[in-house]
Amino acid sequence: MAGQVLLIEDEPNIAEAIRFLLGRQGWEVSVLGDGRAALVAVARRRPDLVILDLMLPGMSGMDVLLHLRADPATQNLPVMMLTAKGQGRDREAATRAGVSAFMTKPFANAEMVAAVRGLMEGA
Amino acid sequence: MPMTTLAGSRLRQRRQALGLRQGDVAERAGISASYLNLIEHNRRRVLPEVLARLALALGVPVEALAEGAEGGLLDDLRAAAGEAGDESGDPVAELDRIEDFASRFPGWAGVLAGLHRRAGGLVRAVEALNDRMSHDPHLQASLHEMLSAVSSVRSTAGILAETEDIPPDWRERFHRNLHQDAERLAVGAEALVAYLDGQGQADETGIAAPQEEVEAWLAARGWHLDAVEGGDAAAVAPQVAELASGAARVLGRAWAEQAAADAGAMPLAAFIAARGVGDDPLLLAARFGVTVPAVFRRIATLPGAVEGLVICDGSGTLTFRKPVAGFALPRFGAACPLWPLYGALSRPMVPIQAVVEATGGQRFAVRAFCQPSYPGGVGPGDFGGVELREAAMLILPALGGGAVLPVGSTCRICPRPACPARREPSIMAEAG
Repeated sequence: MAGQVLLIEDEPNIAEAIRFLLGRQGWEVSVLGDGRAALVAVARRRPDLVILDLMLPGMSGMDVLLHLRADPATQNLPVMMLTAKGQGRDREAATRAGVSAFMTKPFANAEMVAAVRGLMEGA
Repeated sequence: MPMTTLAGSRLRQRRQALGLRQGDVAERAGISASYLNLIEHNRRRVLPEVLARLALALGVPVEALAEGAEGGLLDDLRAAAGEAGDESGDPVAELDRIEDFASRFPGWAGVLAGLHRRAGGLVRAVEALNDRMSHDPHLQASLHEMLSAVSSVRSTAGILAETEDIPPDWRERFHRNLHQDAERLAVGAEALVAYLDGQGQADETGIAAPQEEVEAWLAARGWHLDAVEGGDAAAVAPQVAELASGAARVLGRAWAEQAAADAGAMPLAAFIAARGVGDDPLLLAARFGVTVPAVFRRIATLPGAVEGLVICDGSGTLTFRKPVAGFALPRFGAACPLWPLYGALSRPMVPIQAVVEATGGQRFAVRAFCQPSYPGGVGPGDFGGVELREAAMLILPALGGGAVLPVGSTCRICPRPACPARREPSIMAEAG
């Protein structure tokens, strides 16, 4: 079941690992390191799932989420946010903004895969 | 020099040590023996002139009898009593008997004061640590960097270990990534350990902010750069070169240039002499043709100066910190909004004076002044019309009562529960 995942992550090594992991499960993964570029890409072709790191250079992950939720086309697009442990206030804000799920860094590979499967199949 | 009755005990000690009789000493000093007896038992205050005559009569310098150490002791005791108040904040100690206590049990009074100072030192160390942990952008960046590297390692190593048929190019890529992240972790961990090990020695860790490095460098030199007294900043260039980071060297050079200019405008001997006549910073500024903050800088960096000094820019960010014992200065993050420094910042060219009380109970006389400058002139060029503000606050330990303004160092670690300026809850407050 081919699904399209857009990963917005500026750490290349994490991005490669996630790309490999999810690719193995049959999902198509594209990676962008910048929030603004990601919004342009989403407008051009809407993915089935966005994985979004909270800490991004330039436009923050939170702002990307807010933009996605503000646009009717992407209001219900599943978004999983990667956070570090202890960013409680940020997680609350993200929940209020309508994030679909969280994944804490460092994550276990099996958890990542299970979470993505849940979001892809649940949508 | 404030005289209290504790001089009486010292007097008695001296007289007895010298084997002299009360009657003889009293006669030599021109007072009655019974009066001397009352003085010696701390039942009467000693007037400075009488003390001087008694010192003469005993053949000792008057400083030996005057309250030097005791002044500090009584203040420490008062501060200790202030801190050990009951629920409504009222002291439970018998403050009106404080001098009696100190003179009758000097040993115990010393123990109590010593414990209070030590407790104060510990609280300030915790304050500094907590301040650093929560507000240090370098620490947070270090931790974030390490977390990213750990996350990558965990995922990558998991893939390598658990995937049966990894294509060779991916395997190679993952091995490279692991190696890279392991290096990142090693560097990050070393830096973190050095940082935590070096608490209070910011200049050795390399994670210290450049400003901290410069302040530590100045502190090691007693805050006074003797070499630039001739007005030439280059004279101190070899010492500036000792600073570890490039940014610190830039700041150090700038400070040296400023100090050299100050020394040129306010020559040391003339400045000290002028201060002896009158210590008014506005008059001194006018006399030497400099700004009031320049006078503050000069005062605080004289050899042996006891004054503390904080300087902030127009955003309120502290750009310079010379501490004074008992007045905690925050490292990162914002300071206490009640500091007269900020009152001055919002009223350029208006001198502000106040007596403040730090969280440890010690009192300080502070003077604050904001000097605006216009680096771009009126315009029309870049920055034309832009006003820069620099505010400075001189801090001097003070004695005595009267109206005081209670202040802290920064809200997060300040114990004052009912302060109207509190911007965030304090870790010092009780939970709930």
